[in-house]
This record gives sequence, C-alpha cells and structure tokens, in this order.
Amino acid sequence: MIEFRSVSKQFPDGTLAVDDFSLTLPSHRTTVLVGSSGSGKTTLLRMINRMVDPTAGSIEIDGVDIASLEPVKLRRSIGYVMQNSGLLPHRKVVDNVATVPLLRGVPRKKARADALAMLDTVGLDRALADRYPSQLSGGQQQRVGVARGLAVNPNILLMDEPFGAVDPIVRAELQQELIRLQTELGKTVVFVTHDVDEAFLLGDQVVILQEGGRIAQIGSPADILAHPANDFVASFIGADRGKRVLHVERHDGRDVLVDSDGRLAGVLVGDSAPGQVGVSR
Amino acid sequence: MTWVWANLDLIWDRTLDHLILSVPPIILSFVIALPLGWLANRFRFSRGAILTASGLLYAIPSFPMFIVLPALVGTTLRSPLNLVIALTIYGVALMVRVVADGLASVDADVQRSAVAIGFSAWTNFWQVELPLSGPVLLAGLRVVAVSTVSLATVGAVIGAQSLGSLFTDGFQRGIQAEIITGIVATVLLALLLDGALVAAGRLALPWTRVRKAVKADARLRLPVEVTP
Ligand SMILES: Nc1ncnc2c1ncn2[C@@H]1O[C@H](COP(=O)(O)OP(=O)(O)OP(=O)(O)O)[C@@H](O)[C@H]1O
Ligand SMILES: [Mg+2]
Repeated sequence: MIEFRSVSKQFPDGTLAVDDFSLTLPSHRTTVLVGSSGSGKTTLLRMINRMVDPTAGSIEIDGVDIASLEPVKLRRSIGYVMQNSGLLPHRKVVDNVATVPLLRGVPRKKARADALAMLDTVGLDRALADRYPSQLSGGQQQRVGVARGLAVNPNILLMDEPFGAVDPIVRAELQQELIRLQTELGKTVVFVTHDVDEAFLLGDQVVILQEGGRIAQIGSPADILAHPANDFVASFIGADRGKRVLHVERHDGRDVLVDSDGRLAGVLVGDSAPGQVGVSR
Repeated sequence: MTWVWANLDLIWDRTLDHLILSVPPIILSFVIALPLGWLANRFRFSRGAILTASGLLYAIPSFPMFIVLPALVGTTLRSPLNLVIALTIYGVALMVRVVADGLASVDADVQRSAVAIGFSAWTNFWQVELPLSGPVLLAGLRVVAVSTVSLATVGAVIGAQSLGSLFTDGFQRGIQAEIITGIVATVLLALLLDGALVAAGRLALPWTRVRKAVKADARLRLPVEVTP
C-alpha cells in the first residue's frame, strides 16, 4: 500500500506542482492518475521512488516512510516504465532487461536467463534479445521497457504514459497485454496517462487530477462515469458528449444504442440484470 | 631510397622512441581530462572556469613550456619526461572540452530513466554516461592522437629522440632523404594510431553501427498512415 499524506512539492523556481495531496493506493491494484498536461502526474509518480522529494508531507510504502530509505536502493526495488521506453541505447535488449538485477548483484548468467524468460512473459520473441533498442519498433521497445520494469519482480510498478507514443492499434494491444499481466502478477501499479479511455480501461481506482495535483474525483471507472463529482470531471471524461452519452433507439424490433453524435454504439441485449446494460459491438 | 634501406634500424628505433613519447600523453590526457570534463559538465560554476583554464593551457607556446617545466617539476632540462608532460598538458587542454561536450550529448531522457531504475551517480557515469558519450570522446581522442604525434617531433630540439630527430639530423648533415623519411614516417605513425583508435571504437561502441540502417528503414515506414 502506498500512502500520500498531505504531500506538496514546490520546485526551486517557485512552481507549486503538487499542493497538499493525500491518497491511498491499495496493494495489488492499478491506480491511474489522469489529468491534463501540467497537473502534476509525473511529479507525483516520481515522488514514489524519490526521484523528486516532497517539500511538505510524507509518503509511506507499507507503513514505512520512504524519506528514511536510501533512494538508489528504493529505486532498484520499484519497477519504472516511461514514455519512449528510456531503454539504454548501448545495451542489447536482453542486457537492458537484466540491468537492474545486475545492479542488485545477481550473477550475470542468471540475470540473462531470467531476462530471456521475462521476454516471454511480456510477449516478445527471444529472437529480439540480441538486438539494440534502435532496431525495434516503438511497441516492441515499450514491451522491453515493461520487461525491464518487472525484471526484479517488484511489488510496485510505476508507469508514466508508457503507451503515449505508439500508434492506436499497438497501444490497444499493449493495454490488453498489461491487463493480462496484471491479472497474473497482481502488482501495485501506478499508471499515469492523460487519456481518459486508457484510465477507465486499466484502472481499478482512477484519480482525476486538476492543476497542482488537486484531486477532482477518486473512484472506480463506473463510479466516476455514473456520478461525475462536478462539471470539471463531467467535461474532462466527456460524460456530456460523444460516445459516452448513449440513448436507445428502436430499430426493427430491437433496442439499438446510439451516441450523441448519432453514431451507432451497439445493441441492447435483453437478458441483463435490472439496471445493467450490456453493450455488444 | 638507398638512405632508407641503409638506415632501416635507425628509422625503426626512432619510430619506437616516437611511440614511447606520444602514446603515454594520449592515454594520460584522456584519463586526466575525464574527471575535469565531468566536473565542467556537472556544475554551472565549474564549467566556465575549467573550460577557460584548459583553453589557456593550449595557448602556452611550446618553447617557454619546455624551459619552465623542468624548473616546475624538477626534471633535468634534457629529460624526455619534459616532453611527455608537455604533450599531456596540450592533450588535456583539448580533451577536457571534448569530455564535457560528450557527457552533455547524452540524451536527457536516457539519463533520467537510468536514475529512475536505480543507477547510482557512480554506476551511471561508468555504465551509461561514459559509453554513450563514446562517439564524441573517440572523435576528440583522434584529434589528440594526431596532434600529439606531430607535436612529439619537437622533442628532437630539446634532446628527446623521436622521428623529429631524423629531420634535425638531416638538416644539419644535408641529407634530404633523411628529412623526407622523418616527415613521411611521422604522418604514417599518426595515421596508424588514428586507425587503431577507429578500430578500438568499432569494438567498444558496437551499437553505433546499427543506428543508420534502422533510421533509413524508419523513414521508409513513416509515411504509412493507419486510416480507420
Ligand atoms: N524540475 C522542475 N522544475 C520546475 N518546475 C517543474 C519541474 N518539473 C515539473 N515542473 C512543473 O510542475 C508542474 C507539474 O509537472 P508534471 O511534469 O508533474 O506534470 P504532468 O501532469 O506530468 O504533465 P504532462 O502530462 O505534460 O506530462 C508543471 O507546471 C511543470 O512545469
Ligand atoms: Mg508527465
């Protein structure tokens, strides 16, 4: 469990990136921080592995104040995946994945063998192991990034817009892969994105952020969609427009769902429980 | 040419002397420039001071340097060590800026992610920053190598035997073939060291050779749009 207690971060230039932020992130669940650019998502994420230290408040991991932990050691125990993969361009794929285990003193042979197995886990062909990152597609690089993040079997995985720079088709693939991995591994995932759809797809708990890391709403995707806390949230998640606003139209004896742009979203299937709507595409 | 065949032993000896005079300064200037260049790159206040100081070193004319050095370091006036030290100073003067620029050329995202996954400052320097600045360092080292080999010829004037001795001797005794041999051998030696550095770079920086092919490949693929 990760706990933010009244955390603030003011950068030396005076920018108040995070202002009195408190949040509990449950273990083995995915918490998604979503908000527009500059809302403090990255700053919050980096505070968890002490890339950034708060100027006020404290952060605890499983009851331990991380200010008391040695930053380098802490970082080696937490997986980190970022946009554009952040892979080391001078190391082959397998060595990139083995990087942190090697830093932690795992013998080279074992680290490499484990790294190869980790490639299987994230759905990468072992034939890619001896390539350099520049020889991979963007999607493959992100998979290697995820493999590297998981290589030390960390409890916590931090992901900063990991799929932000790949095309929509590959992104959907990577999202499904992450969902599959998460059902198998049950990590405490902290995922940052500014894509609401991605947040709702991946998050058990979704945190909608405004400027200064102010929390607009916390809840499950269904909670937020059903009861947006205020106009900001409603407009941010698009609850008032487009594909999120569906109405039923009768067509040839069946109920068809149509969104506010007049696009067909699916059909209403009859045998769902009261109050539940099944949409099939 | 007959002079060359008659004096192969002499040429070989002077070549070895020349190598012994020039290789240590090349290596030393790299080793010494490494921490200085790191310091110059690391802090804003140190950057200006270190780069200016190293630039000034290069501006010292060589003859005064040869005369002052023995007094400063306590060597005798005709010791070959003077030359090694002087060449090292010139090499450092060039290399410090190269190291600073090389370290600055490392992609900021890569560095940040290295720190994020748990590289300490020390491991980050040796395992990430240094190898990634390799191409820039290599380019700088090649300049230092060639200029050191050429500068080492002045050793002849202050009593350190080198290929330069062939042309001072050739001048004094009026043997044109000896002068030309000295010049040609110096150039060949410079090319040889340069080639050795390039070869070492190929071995040490294997990832730099794959990049071009992929970039060309990416350019071919980029215009393909995915339309729904
Ligand atoms: N090192 C820094 N020094 C000064 N200001 C900073 C620094 N890092 C971030 N900021 C500022 O803090 C605020 C929050 O930045 P942060 O990177 O956390 O936003 P973000 O939500 O991750 O945005 P994005 O979606 O664009 O990645 C911004 O106003 C940013 O300009
Ligand atoms: Mg960010």
